[in-house]
Amino acid sequence: MAVDVRETARAPDTPIWLDSRYRAIFFQVVLLVIVLGFGAYIFHNTYANLERRGIASGFGFLGSTAGFDIIMHLVPYSAASSFGQALLVGLLNTLVVAGIGIVFATMLGFVIGVARLSRNWLIARLAAVYIEGIRNIPLLLQIIFWYQVLGKSTPGPRQSIGILGLFFINNRGLYMPAPVFQEGFWLAPVALAIGIVASIVVFRWARARQVATGQQFPILWTSLGLTFGLPLLALIVMGMPFHWDYPELQGFNFSGGMVLIPEFISLTFALVVYTAAFIGETVRAGIMAVSHGQTEAAYALGLRPGPTLRLVIIPQAMRVIIPPMTSQYLNLTKNSSLATAIAYPDLVAVFAGTVLNQTGQAVECIAITMAVYLTTSLTTSVFMNWFNTKMALRER
Amino acid sequence: MKKISVIAAGAALIAFVAGEAQAQATLDAVKKRGQVICGVSQSLPGFANPDAQGNWAGFDVDMCRAVAAAVFGDAKRVKFVPTTAKERFTALQSGEVDFLARNTTWTMSRDTQLGFDFVGINFYDGQGFMVTKKLGVKSALELKGATVCTQTGTTTEQNLADFFRANKMEYKVVAFEKNDEVLAAYDSGRCDVFTTDRSGLAADRTKLKNPNDHVILPEVISKEPLGPLVRHGDNNWGDIVRWAFFVMLNAEELGVDSKNVDEMKKSANPEIKRMLGIEGDFGKMVGLDNNWAYNVIKLVGNYAESYDRNVGPNTPIALSRGVNALWTKGGLQYAPPIR
Repeated sequence: MAVDVRETARAPDTPIWLDSRYRAIFFQVVLLVIVLGFGAYIFHNTYANLERRGIASGFGFLGSTAGFDIIMHLVPYSAASSFGQALLVGLLNTLVVAGIGIVFATMLGFVIGVARLSRNWLIARLAAVYIEGIRNIPLLLQIIFWYQVLGKSTPGPRQSIGILGLFFINNRGLYMPAPVFQEGFWLAPVALAIGIVASIVVFRWARARQVATGQQFPILWTSLGLTFGLPLLALIVMGMPFHWDYPELQGFNFSGGMVLIPEFISLTFALVVYTAAFIGETVRAGIMAVSHGQTEAAYALGLRPGPTLRLVIIPQAMRVIIPPMTSQYLNLTKNSSLATAIAYPDLVAVFAGTVLNQTGQAVECIAITMAVYLTTSLTTSVFMNWFNTKMALRER
Repeated sequence: MKKISVIAAGAALIAFVAGEAQAQATLDAVKKRGQVICGVSQSLPGFANPDAQGNWAGFDVDMCRAVAAAVFGDAKRVKFVPTTAKERFTALQSGEVDFLARNTTWTMSRDTQLGFDFVGINFYDGQGFMVTKKLGVKSALELKGATVCTQTGTTTEQNLADFFRANKMEYKVVAFEKNDEVLAAYDSGRCDVFTTDRSGLAADRTKLKNPNDHVILPEVISKEPLGPLVRHGDNNWGDIVRWAFFVMLNAEELGVDSKNVDEMKKSANPEIKRMLGIEGDFGKMVGLDNNWAYNVIKLVGNYAESYDRNVGPNTPIALSRGVNALWTKGGLQYAPPIR
């Protein structure tokens, strides 16, 4: 039966159920109803089953007292806090690993990617071995490996390795001095904000001037001076309003100062090393996607190698790099849930683990955890898509 | 991630399966399947531990076997499902296992909010602390500032917080998902202290390189009544598990064990006659045949036999009966009569 797909207008004598336009809408509505109905069935069935078995449901448990402690919390938390606060602690622990992981994985990834394209035989081969070795070993194994290495190679608290009497490494973590802020410290973050805003203004002005007149401006040094100089000046003006809290050996362990627990160090390290291998390949692909003619054209225009890379190659390479890079960032964030294997208190370990078990509300806890990951990932995606649009090639 | 998928699968099971909690549903399913599915610990010597050939043995394992003996007259018709502390409740809720015999503490919230019924207390326990001898610690009250390793998703985690809070002491907790990970972390020096139920400490100490280098501190910081549990709602199945356990206790009290049970069938004692099905129809009352109790005693043994074989003074775990002695001997173990 031959159907002419181009003929979409309804002939006057065609009944409505034979009209392809209406039929298409009809089937879409049917599909939507089936999907929604299935969802409603699952929801209803879950609820009815929980009810019948006398299992408590609902989200009221988030307000009850948690009654357990968490080794690492970025916001105030104790056993007297609520399950909701435990959720926040877990979320922040996940975000801090993901955030630090993304920054370092990007930096290491760029170095590895560029190194693999190096004309130096040894550097290129080392980068290749790194990439092929790391990305072909399961991440979970790598996390456990680094955790074991860290645990086995560091001494106990009383035999800590001290560095300058300020830093101490032992099997409980890396201890370091912590700044304690006093009155008047508020000026420093304010100065930092002013410095950053001023740098952006200067950057815009310098670029506009260069486009107009061709004159260059030492933007890097000016921005660094503004961003770091202003807060330093503020601290000097206020008379250095902070002091250091040093870690000291007391009883079982060090107290005071700050500590990076081994679970945090090994998880972040493993995630960075693993993701950097993938980012390295992405970067290599991006650079190779820019044809050599572009470099030659830039040289012909009299640009030196530095500006050629900065102004010609990288902007074009970024268009290829950013979309797969987004996936790597999302992967890193989601992979951080492997923390459970080494007792790092991330969202999954704390909320989908301990809280789920203390309350027994598996459906709610898993649903909340999934919703949180989804929100985090979608936010990252939105930001990266915005960045991608910014970097996209504009046809003039 | 695997653990999460297990729990997610459990949650999904709750979502999909229209599980009817009608009378005898579990018993019918078990009979049809020809096997009891029993949730146990992953590897806890003395309680639930597979040997080199993969045969499970232990105090909790005997509880599983007793139920299989009561239902099928065959103590081998059990499928053991090792569960972590975290997975166990979801496994039971979703119907993945028929019951748990997994040194689980009976608490009010588990009995009510989680939708379970505890059928009895087969081991009276309490939480304790283990440290290395070379730390020179003599009491749990000297543990200020210590780092403590424990297992996530346990009452232990909360008792620990309560104990240190009540005594106004600082501490750090590192919570692992599997018991073996906790032990490994303690062994490698990540923590100063290992905490769990005292029976668990005794069992885990046998896994360490030099068990004698470690000392269990005298303080007992909590009540940990451990016992088997079933899903709330199927009372018949709960009765079977409960009375399989009570048979073991009553058998010890009446002096019946796996060796003399055949002779005891000729006993003049009416209590023994009722238990072994010579008089009355007690098996039928729980939907089983009248040999149910005989099978439990013959194939698994009484409470004392199971205790001595698995965790008693002559095993590496070396736990004396203590409060787990029969009430007639000054302990707490007391089973209602079969009448």
